[in-house]
Amino acid sequence: MAGQYPNGDVPQKGLMGWIESRLPIAGFLKPHTSEYYAPKNFNVWYYFGSLALLVLVNQIVTGIWLTMNYKPSAAEAFASVEYIMRDVEWGWLIRYMHSTGASMFFIVVYLHMFRGLIYGSYQKPRELVWLLGMFIFLALMAEAFFGYVLPWGQMSYWGAQVIINLFGAVPVIGPELTEWIRGDYLISDATLNRFFALHVIALPLVILLLVVLHLGALHEVGSNNPEGIDIKKVKNDKGIPLDGIPFHPYYTVKDIFGVGFFLILCAFILFFEPTVGGLFLEHDNFNEANPLVTPEHIKPVWYFTPFYAMLRAIPDKLLGVATMGGAVIILFFLPWLDRSPVRSIRYRGLLTKVLIAVFVVSFVVLGWLGMQSGSTLQSWVARALTFYYFAFFITMPIWTRIDATKPVPQRVPEHD
Amino acid sequence: MTKRLMAFVLACAPALALGSTGPTLEHSQINVNDVASMQRGASVFMNYCAGCHSLGFQRYSRMARDLGLTEEEVAQNLMFTDAKFGEPIKAAMSAEEGTKWFGKAPPDLSLVARNKLGGPDWTYTFLKSFYADDSRPSGWNNTVLAGASMPHVLWELQGVQRPVLNAEGQVERLELASPGSLSPEDYDKTVRDLTNFLNYVGEPSASQRRSVGVGVLAFLAVFTFLAWLLKKEYWKDVH
Repeated sequence: MAGQYPNGDVPQKGLMGWIESRLPIAGFLKPHTSEYYAPKNFNVWYYFGSLALLVLVNQIVTGIWLTMNYKPSAAEAFASVEYIMRDVEWGWLIRYMHSTGASMFFIVVYLHMFRGLIYGSYQKPRELVWLLGMFIFLALMAEAFFGYVLPWGQMSYWGAQVIINLFGAVPVIGPELTEWIRGDYLISDATLNRFFALHVIALPLVILLLVVLHLGALHEVGSNNPEGIDIKKVKNDKGIPLDGIPFHPYYTVKDIFGVGFFLILCAFILFFEPTVGGLFLEHDNFNEANPLVTPEHIKPVWYFTPFYAMLRAIPDKLLGVATMGGAVIILFFLPWLDRSPVRSIRYRGLLTKVLIAVFVVSFVVLGWLGMQSGSTLQSWVARALTFYYFAFFITMPIWTRIDATKPVPQRVPEHD
Repeated sequence: MTKRLMAFVLACAPALALGSTGPTLEHSQINVNDVASMQRGASVFMNYCAGCHSLGFQRYSRMARDLGLTEEEVAQNLMFTDAKFGEPIKAAMSAEEGTKWFGKAPPDLSLVARNKLGGPDWTYTFLKSFYADDSRPSGWNNTVLAGASMPHVLWELQGVQRPVLNAEGQVERLELASPGSLSPEDYDKTVRDLTNFLNYVGEPSASQRRSVGVGVLAFLAVFTFLAWLLKKEYWKDVH
């Protein structure tokens, strides 16, 4: 049977061989590990993919343990979270791992997406890798939103109120649509219960499936690298890229180091400042949900604030919702908006570098503005930055074409 | 041009940052490792607060364990209701009575150190900011929480504060009109102990969290160092 896997030896004798000839586990895994050839020049930006997978596993495992004591009912949810924090052995650790993990997920994913932006990882032939990644991002936002409702604190309740009401901006069917989402005339036990179902079963399944497809598509076309060089152009006589190294063991050991470093950061937050001054866990969410008391400032968690700032900057509700949605949707088109002949920022001109730098600053400032109460000046700054956000993408076909480029070498220089 | 732009941005920054900030809070200066302070705070809470305020998520037994007290000590000094040792700390007064007497049931304080902007600093400053106000039903008002229904329960300790108004008629600061049984310094210390206790109640696992954290970080530091050595060893043959 070995002939079936020309590139490697799979178990042929003993129990493993018996299984392998009936279910080719090793034959399936090899092309994704020890026979997946990744460019040898990955830098620090390339840790975030494996870290995202790590956080996903953390969220699933801690999530399973949380559901063992969490009660998805409006009457009991808040108290059950405090029960986990106080009376369940190591419950506080599991809960903080989950809440810190949620924020770390977005940090890692935002950096992972930014890596794609600066190295042109979405360019041909990796368009589908990018699209699947964007669907993961979309599913992740939904997952985070549903999860945030579950502790049933004031911010859970009123945050959900704001987000669900956005659907009321849809012409004609708006009011009926929000009622259908809530399952009630107001956010209630029914809403909490269905959000729990979506959070713990529906979206995790969707995300897992999308992650498998994301990796499958990536491994078909191969990884990009900081140079944006196509390593498959120069192969040896066995058909292996000269600048490629087997993912396992080289990148598995490298990623283990990255995991250690990342976990040190997470542990600092989790054990010494789990609320991050109200950024990861907001103070108002330690008040139980109360439909009769509207909090002074309703704001989403930090990872949604750039988009929330855009929503608030637009005075018209429908336009605001369209702007916020558009800000996410436009990212899907990135592979076709970028018309540059080169991938990596390393071979692009000053114009690209400046525009991307301003983009980063404006996104971060939008995030900050989304947390503020929203003065007139702040609204105008948010409008200007929202304009820049869209202009950046809409004019991308122009500035990527006119910007100067440097010739891209055939071979990868030294690894970092 | 760049300079002018920078100057403009800098000029805008304070205006941008201007949001509603609420009252300025005093730093509580609590020491989260000072168990004796928490014990004193528990005593103040049980004597002055627990009549009206519950700590519904906090069990007597857990408090005893974390503050180094025996069941007997708690029963004799800190339990004034007929609750059992394993039960949560419930107020003597019911919510219905509270609504009848104060217009609003006194809130559960299990999470008061976590659910306010400013955390324990809010509690600390709030307890120091009561002043006599004849326009209020209780005769008391508070600069941190204007129109609070709560009377100044600790007035015998602090004394009576009266407001000093500014030109617009707003409270500028408070001044001690008649002293209480404690000096201002001792009152601060008592309020700090109470705040420290409530801060403990907000997250009873916090001290375990911090001590476990030290061990986890030590482990991760060694693990990451070894992982780095392993990576270097493997990558020797990559050029």
